[in-house]
Amino acid sequence: MATRRDFIRISGLGLGGLAASTTSYGFYKQLSKSDLKPSELKIDTTRTPTYCEVCFWKCAGWVYKNEEGNIWKVIGNDEDQHSNGRLCPRGTGGPGMYYDQDRLKTPLIRTEERGKQTFREASWDEALDHIADRMKSIAGEFGPECFALLTHGSGGKYFGNLIQAFGSSSIAAPSYAQCRGPREVAFQTTFGEGVGSPERIDIRDTRCLVLIGSHLGENMHNGQVQEMSDAIDKGASIITVDPRFSIAASKSKYWLPIKPATDIALLLAWIHVLIYEESYDEEYIEKYTYGFEQLKAHVKNMTPEWAYGITTIEPELIRKSAKEMADASPAVIIHPGRHVTWYGDDTQRERAIAILNALMGSWGRRGGYYVPEQVDVPSWPHPPYPTPSRTWKDAFPDQYNLAYETLASGICDATIPTISKACNFKGWIVNGTNLLKTIPDREKVIEAIQNLELMVVVDTMPMEITGWADVVLPECTYLERYDSIRVSPHRKPAVALRMPATEPLYDSKPAYWMAKELSKRLGLEDYFSWNSIEEMLDWQFNKIGTSLEEMKRIGVKTFERSYDDLYYYPDQEVEFYTNSGKIELYSTDLAAEGFDPIPVYTPHEEPPEGFYRLNYGRAPAHTFSRTANNPNLTDIMEENTVWINPKVARIWGIDNGQYIYLENQDGVRSTFPIKTRVTERIRWDSVFMVHGFGHNNKKLSRAYGKGASDSELITRVHTDPIMGGTGMRGNFVTFKFEPAKNDV
Amino acid sequence: MRYAMAIDTRKCVGCSDCVVACQTENNVPIGFCRDWVVEVMDGSYPQLEIEIRSERCNHCANSPCVRCCPTGASHYSDGGIVLVTENKCIGCGACIASCPYDARYSHPEGYVDKCTFCIHRIQKGLEPACVAACPTKCMYFGDMDDPNSNVSKILKVRKYKTLIPEAGTDPQLYFLI
Repeated sequence: MATRRDFIRISGLGLGGLAASTTSYGFYKQLSKSDLKPSELKIDTTRTPTYCEVCFWKCAGWVYKNEEGNIWKVIGNDEDQHSNGRLCPRGTGGPGMYYDQDRLKTPLIRTEERGKQTFREASWDEALDHIADRMKSIAGEFGPECFALLTHGSGGKYFGNLIQAFGSSSIAAPSYAQCRGPREVAFQTTFGEGVGSPERIDIRDTRCLVLIGSHLGENMHNGQVQEMSDAIDKGASIITVDPRFSIAASKSKYWLPIKPATDIALLLAWIHVLIYEESYDEEYIEKYTYGFEQLKAHVKNMTPEWAYGITTIEPELIRKSAKEMADASPAVIIHPGRHVTWYGDDTQRERAIAILNALMGSWGRRGGYYVPEQVDVPSWPHPPYPTPSRTWKDAFPDQYNLAYETLASGICDATIPTISKACNFKGWIVNGTNLLKTIPDREKVIEAIQNLELMVVVDTMPMEITGWADVVLPECTYLERYDSIRVSPHRKPAVALRMPATEPLYDSKPAYWMAKELSKRLGLEDYFSWNSIEEMLDWQFNKIGTSLEEMKRIGVKTFERSYDDLYYYPDQEVEFYTNSGKIELYSTDLAAEGFDPIPVYTPHEEPPEGFYRLNYGRAPAHTFSRTANNPNLTDIMEENTVWINPKVARIWGIDNGQYIYLENQDGVRSTFPIKTRVTERIRWDSVFMVHGFGHNNKKLSRAYGKGASDSELITRVHTDPIMGGTGMRGNFVTFKFEPAKNDV
Repeated sequence: MRYAMAIDTRKCVGCSDCVVACQTENNVPIGFCRDWVVEVMDGSYPQLEIEIRSERCNHCANSPCVRCCPTGASHYSDGGIVLVTENKCIGCGACIASCPYDARYSHPEGYVDKCTFCIHRIQKGLEPACVAACPTKCMYFGDMDDPNSNVSKILKVRKYKTLIPEAGTDPQLYFLI
C-alpha cells in the first residue's frame, strides 16, 4: 500500500548552481554591466535552430546568443509554416524559461525526516536507480501494465518508448480528454478524419471565418492568428459567437453575444436556415454526403425564432450571419475550436459545426479545410513492444469506444481502486504537465495520486504536481536540449530540428538521456540502441533525404507535396474514411453506439441566483499554467482578473480593481483573492478569468498567490458520454470578500 | 529621410509580442518597457468597440524632449529618430515630464531610456524588432520620403490618425483606423 503523500513545497532545496539568489533582473543586469549594447552585437554570428516548447504550436525559430555566449533572444524561422518567421509573445519570451532562477536544479527523492515528509537532493545515479528498482518491484507485483505515462511535452516521446518497452501502452496527453478530443471524434465521425494540429483550416484564403467561443488573438495559436490578420487584410468577414466581447469579436462583422451553453441551438438554427432557404452547396451535398434528408427533417422546426428563445440571439441576426456564410461558401470556415470540453455534449456541438462546414462545402476547398500532408519519419529500429495484457480502456468496458486516444482523466479514474474496474494503475510518469491544474476535480486527482506506489515527475519548474511526486527529475529547458524531430501536418510536409543552444544549467538533463539511462537499469537498452542522440537524429534525417548537419544550418526543411492538391479538384471522387464512405451528416458510428446520430439541443443547468457561470480562457502572454513564473511573461501579465459586468458589480457593490474571492456551487472558495475587472465586455450571467494562475507553490516566486485558479473552482465535471471529455464550463461562482475559514 | 511607423489597429490583437521582442532585443530590464499596448473600449453591452494600439516614442519632428534637454543628450539622429546619448544624460527627467506620450522611463542605471526605432537594426537593413516580430504584421516601418516604403504605401491607401495632434509635436507614429 502506498504511503499517503504530503504535499511538499520545494523550497530551500536544490539551491546549488548559479543565480539561485539573484532576481531575474539580476541576470539582465549582469548582461548590461558588461556594456552590452545592441548596436555592438554581431547579428547572425551564433544562432542555433529550435522549435518552441512554450506551447503546443511548436514554432520553429533561431536562438541567438550575445558575445558572452549567453542566450539573448529567439526569433522565428522564416521557412517555417507554423511561425513564418514570427513568434508570439510566449515564444519571444522563451529565454525567460531558461533564466528563471526558480527552476528545478537537481533530482529530488521523497523522504521522511523526524516524521515530516520532505525531499532530499539526490544524484542522477541514485534517483534513476531508485526509480528503476521501484518500477521493477511494482511491476513484479501488479504487472508492467500498471504504469502510465501522462505527458504534454516533447520529451514524452522518449518516456513513451520506455514505458511501451516496459510493457504498458497507457500513454495519455491531457490535450485530448481535457481539450480537443470531442472535436477530433466529431470530425472523424463526420468526415472520417480529425482536424489535427495545427488545424487544417485555410484561414489565409477564407472569405468568412466563424468562431464559436474560440478567441483567436487571445489564444496565440500563431499560424492562425497570422492568417486571421491576412484574412482581415483581404477583406474577409469574421463572425464571432461568444458571451464575452473577445478581441476576435471586436474584429468581427457580426458578434453574437450568446447565452452561455446554448451554442447547439444556434448551430441547428443556422443549419435550418441554410437548408430551408436553400443556400447550402447542393452539388457537394449530393456528391459527398450521407443523411441529408434525415438532417433536413431533424431541423425542420429549429427556426431562428426557436433558437432566439434559447440563445437570446435575435432571429434577424441569425439569418444575416447565415447569409454571410452562404455568400462566402465554399471559402468559409466554421472554426472547430481547440479547447472544446465545455458542457459534456461537446462531441455533439462539434458535430453540428462539422455538419455546417459540410453544408457550405468547405471541407477540401480553398478558404475552407485543406488536405494536409506530413513527412513520414521512421523510428530508430527497436525490438517489438510486448503486448500488454490490459490497458486503460479495460477500466471502461463498453464506454468511450469512439475515443481513439487515451484519456488522461480515464487513467486518473482507473487509478482509484474500485471493484468494478479491471485495470488499476500503480505508477505514473508525469512529463511536462501540471496535472492539478490540467485535469478538473482536484480532489479526485489527489486521491488518485494517493493510491500510487510511485509517481515520477519530470519538469523544468517546481509546478504543484512536483510537490506530490516521489521522485522529481529536473529537465533542462528546450533551449538546452535536443528533442525528437518536429513532424506535423501542414500545407506542405516539413520537419524541424531542436538542438541545444547552450549547456544545461544546474544539474538538469534532457528527457532522452533520462529515458535511455532508465532503459539500461530496466534491461531495456535494446530499445535505445543509439549511441548518441545525434546519431539517431542523423539516421532519421538521412532516411528522409537530409542530415543533421544540414538541419543545423537550416532548422526547417520543407518538402514538396507527394500527392494530390491542397484541395479537392472539381468533381473529384473522394472516398471518406467513414462507414458509408461519405461525409456523414447522419452519423452511423454514433447511431451504432446508441448516441444521437444528428445533434440535439439539450438545455443545461443555469446558474442559481447570485451565481454566475465560470468561463475561462487564454491570454496571449501565457500557456496553461506553464508560463506563470516566466520573468519575461509575468512582466506582461502577472495575475489574472475576474471579468464582471458593471450591472452585476453595482448590485454587489464591487469596484473595479478590488480583490475578491470566488466561491463555487459546491462551496469551494478560491485559495487566493483575484482582482476584479469590471467591464462591459462580459455578459451579466457569466464571469471570465484567464486559466493558469493562483499557483500555491511558494517556490514559484513570481507566480505564487498571483490571481486565482479556475481549476480549483471546477469541481463539477460533465463527462461527454461519447468520448470521455471532461466538460468544465458547468460551474458557477459567487463573490466573497473574505478567505475561506480554514485558510486563515 | 524621415523614418515613421504605421500601426494597423484593425489587425493588432494586443498580444504584446512587440513589448517582449523589444525587451529582449534591447536588453530592457524586467519591469520597464519602451513600447506598450493600449486598449480603448467604447459602448455598453452588446454595442461595443475596441481600439488596440501598440504605442512607443512618436519620434516627433518637433520634439519637446529634445528642446528641453539641458545637456543635449536627447537629440535627433538619422531620419529624425529621437535618441538619448546615455553618457550625456544626467537623469534630470525634464524630457520625461515634457513628453505628451509618456514614452520615456528612467533606466535603473541612471539615464533616460526610450524607443530608438531599433536604429542598430535599421542600419543593418533590418526592421525594428517589434515590427519584425509582430504575428499580425500590423506594423509598417520605413522612410516617409520614399514613396515606395512600406509606411508610405500603406498611408496612401488607409485612413489614419496620430495621437494628441493638438500638442503640436508632429508625431511620426500613425495609427491606421
